[in-house]
Formats: sequence, C-alpha cells, structure tokens
Amino acid sequence: MAEPIIEADGLVRRFGKVEALAGLDLTAHSGQVTAVLGPNGAGKTTFVRTVATLVRPEAGRLRVAGVDAARHPGRVRQIIGLAGQYAAVEPTMTGRENLRMVARLYGRSRRQAAGGAQEVLARLGLEDVADRRVATYSGGLRRRLDLGATLVGAPRLLLLDEPTTGLDPRSRNHLWDAIRDLVARGTDVLLTTQYLDEADQLAHQVAIIDHGRVIAHGRPAELKARAGRDMIEVRARHPADLPALVRALAPVGAGEPRVDAGTGRVAVPAAGGPRALTAAVRALGDLGLAVDDIALRRPTLDEVFLTLTGGPSRPGGGDRPEHAPEHAGRA
Amino acid sequence: MIVDAGTAAHTQAPGASAAVTAAQVAARTVRKYMRSPQLLVSSMVGGAVFLLLFRFIFGGAIHLGAVPYVDFLIPGMVATSVLITGTGAAVGVAEDGDQGLLDRLRSLPVPRIALLTGRALGDLAIVAWGTAVTVALGFAVGFRPHGSVAEALLAFGLCLVCGFAFLWMYVCLGLVSANAQAAQSTSMFIYPVIFVSSAYVPVGTLPGWMRPVAEYQPVTVVSNAVRSLALGDPALAGLAHTTGYWVVLSLVWSAGIAAVFVPLAVALYRRS
Repeated sequence: MAEPIIEADGLVRRFGKVEALAGLDLTAHSGQVTAVLGPNGAGKTTFVRTVATLVRPEAGRLRVAGVDAARHPGRVRQIIGLAGQYAAVEPTMTGRENLRMVARLYGRSRRQAAGGAQEVLARLGLEDVADRRVATYSGGLRRRLDLGATLVGAPRLLLLDEPTTGLDPRSRNHLWDAIRDLVARGTDVLLTTQYLDEADQLAHQVAIIDHGRVIAHGRPAELKARAGRDMIEVRARHPADLPALVRALAPVGAGEPRVDAGTGRVAVPAAGGPRALTAAVRALGDLGLAVDDIALRRPTLDEVFLTLTGGPSRPGGGDRPEHAPEHAGRA
Repeated sequence: MIVDAGTAAHTQAPGASAAVTAAQVAARTVRKYMRSPQLLVSSMVGGAVFLLLFRFIFGGAIHLGAVPYVDFLIPGMVATSVLITGTGAAVGVAEDGDQGLLDRLRSLPVPRIALLTGRALGDLAIVAWGTAVTVALGFAVGFRPHGSVAEALLAFGLCLVCGFAFLWMYVCLGLVSANAQAAQSTSMFIYPVIFVSSAYVPVGTLPGWMRPVAEYQPVTVVSNAVRSLALGDPALAGLAHTTGYWVVLSLVWSAGIAAVFVPLAVALYRRS
C-alpha cells in the first residue's frame, strides 16, 4: 500500500479564542477524492490552508505525500495546487495570460508555459474565451480558469476549497466533470464543501468535520448506512386514499408508516430495498390505489449530517455565531 | 501498472527562480495598473489637482524672495508624488489578499521574498511614471530647474530610491489591511506627514511646536535633497546644509525605512 497523500495527526490551530482545528486527524489515500464536509466555521478552510502550507498548526503533525509540512513547506508546495474559495485570478489579464503567469511561477520555461496554458484551456473548454480579459467572464468561467491555474503546474495533489460555492447547476456540473477528469488522470484531490450532494457525487472518502474535529469518516455509502434505512415514499393521488395506502404499505415495510397529510405522502422504512419496492408496487396495484409517485429513497448525506451533528448543515440554517468566519486567519 | 501511467505526469514542479518570480509579479502589477483606467486616471488627476491648487490658488499668497514659489514647490511636489502614488501599492496588496490571489501565490513553489520584491518593483515602475507626470506638469505650470541636467536626473533617481524604500511600508500596510477600502483609508496617514514637512512651504513658516518634527522627518529630508538638486544651490532653497548632506541623509532615511519594513513585510507575509 502506497503511503497516504495526506496524513494529519492531531492538528490544532487557534485564531484568538476560536479553535479552528481542535485535534484534527485525517488520512487521505492516493488515487481518491477525499471530501471534507462541514458547516460554516467547522474548520474546513483552515485545514485546506494548513495542507497548502499557508497556516502553520500549533500542534500536531502533517505529512503530505510523506513530506513533513512543518519542516519542508517548500517541498510540499512543489506537489500541491490550491484553488481557494475565491477565484484567485487577475481580472485585468486574459485567461491565457493568467495561466501562463502561474505556469511560469511553477518554474516552466516560456515555451512550456505557453504550451501548458493552451492544453489546459482546451481541456477545460475555455479556448473560446482564452484571449478575453477575465473581468468579462461569468462566475462559472472564472472558477474553471481558477482550477486551470492550478493545473498548469500538474500538481500531484489538488486542494479545492469549496470549488462550486455560488455556482449555478450547469457551471457546477461542468466543474464536477473537470474534477472527475483530473482524478481519472491520476491527480489526488482534497476538496471541501458544504454541499452534501457534491461530496456524494465526487468523493470516494468523506470526512465530516465540526468544531475543528473529524466526527465521522468513511465512504459515502457507509456514512449513509449509519444515518438510517431506505424509505419507500408514496404520494397519493386522492387524499381520501391515505388510510388505505397506510394499510397496504404496513406489511411490506420494516416499520410503522409515517403519514404527511399536508403533502399526501406516506413513507415507510424498507428493509429489503428494491425488493420491498416491488412488493409495495404490487400491493398498491392489487388494491387499485392511484398514486402520483412512488420511490425508493436512500438516506441523503443531509440526514447523515443531521444525525451526526444534531444541527442543520446548510449555510444560513446553521446559526453558529460562536464560530470563526470560514476564512479566519487569512493573511 | 495503470496508476503509474497516470501519475507519471505529476512530477515535482521545479518552481520559478527568484528573478523570474519577481519579474512575473512585477509585470502583472504594471499590467493591472495600465489596464485599469480608473487607477490611471484617479492617481494622475489627484496629483494634478493638488499641484494646481498649490501653484495657482495658495501659491499667490506665498512669497519666498530667493526663488519664485513655483520653483520651490515643484521639487516638493515631485518628492511627495512618490508617497502619494505609492499608496496604490497598499491598496493593491490588500486587494490581492482579499481576493485570494496572495494565497495562490504563497502556495506556489517560489521564494516568498521574490513575490514581495516583484510587487514592490512593479509599484516602483508605476511610481516612476507618476513622478514623470508630475515633473512634466511642473514644467507646464512654469517650473524651471536652476541646476544642471545631471543634478535634475540625480534628483529623479533619488526619488525612486527613496520611493522603493517607502513602498515596503505600503506593502506592509496592505498586508495588514482587510481589504482595499481599509488600506485606502489607512494610507491617509501619509497626508499629515507630507504637510508637516518642507514639501510645500519652508519649515520656518510652520508653527513652532511642529518644527522639531518637521525639520528632520524623511519627507523634509527628501524634499530638501530634491530641491537643492533642482535649484542647483541649497541656499536658494533656504537651506543651511550642502546638497550632499541632504542627499546622504535621504539615503540614510531610506536605508532605515527599508531595514524596518522589508523584514516586517516578509514576516507579515509568512504569518499564520
């Protein structure tokens, strides 16, 4: 087994009174996407900035690709690429100029930088806008260029801090595709997100952090299994049918059906997964009950999150004023 | 193994040399300035308004005897234009921090001191441009140097040397400011420093309690040096010391300022 790409051991970092990292342990393996999931102020950004050697931990040990980050930060910087929460590109320069500049700073010759910039522009579908100033780009294009700026260095480990926050669904999908493509080419990725579906879509491993600590980690499926069972959810066409639906579903489910009269829904835990769904469909058909919708719903990471933290996961929903702002300590 | 084929492309990035790093960052700083009309216009119009105000509005009430006020004023204007244009460095650095660009640069395999030096050099080019504009404007409103061409060039060079030292102070200011607006307002501290000096009026005309500070502070020293060179005779500038005295003292001040603010900037950059 190759050594882990990231090995964090008891990382501690305070900003004033706020403990942004409170003994964080995390191991990320090569060949995988590791997602760090948590609410605002959980310590996600501080952790990424620590791996990027921008924040020095007060205690604990951090190894990146086997290199001690405290002792050899320069060597760590040779293998990482950071795309932060902000699209850190120069708006008065064109996309191509931005990529060339970063490529030069990674130590590429003028010719290599021009070639590398061209290749990345093509790979990210930015050729059409390559020679336009970044100030004219949409938010999605900027984020893609920002990702591109890390790629011109061909980093072994890509650090993405909330890469899609604030993007519309289409731009998000674009960026996800770009990230998947990178992973397929052998780049290791550590990303933070507050979107559970993003972790679900991209990550092989998920670490859920809260108050500067990892409170759960595992594959997305494992985490979901911890939160609860599959549910069969049925929406009645006629509200009057609800009692009959409950009677029909009770025998196929693995627990008491729950009724939401307001939306006309009945939900019942399904132990057998798809088999239970088949049974439910048959039962409804036998009774001739009309339904608008029937589905097998797996627990979402949202539910995992709620179960583990006992609090809401969405920004704005989680009123945690005692926490530092996500970018606390940025120099 | 497939994994090997995939990871083969990911060699360690060599990282740019200090010279390439500084050149790239300086080029980007200048490019941003040249491509931002609002920066270009605001820095030049601000300086011009100032110059015209003193030359034509207040200037009429100021009589020095030895030389026309315009010949006294413009060297001071040139010396202080360095400080005024330099505030752009604080704003620019704060903006880079706010927008995450500093994080990107700091995460790259380059010498960090070179990132800062590049920034200061880029801003020095902008300062040189601003100073040249001030000189041209000075000529347009009637200023004429009394000294030799060599002395005038020396005066210009001295402004840039001192300007480079002062830029590190602004870089520090930018690094501790949360955003561009904060840096802009904090930079205002430079105006009292400029006014309580010999830049626009002889120190002797200032209230007595201001004089001990005004006499020796760096803005006075550099203004006196530039003025002595431009007038070709320190006596014309109302100064008791020789030109060489003021030039050397300017360089000493610049060295002192750099000795404080260069290490401070590096420390602030490394912070956290």
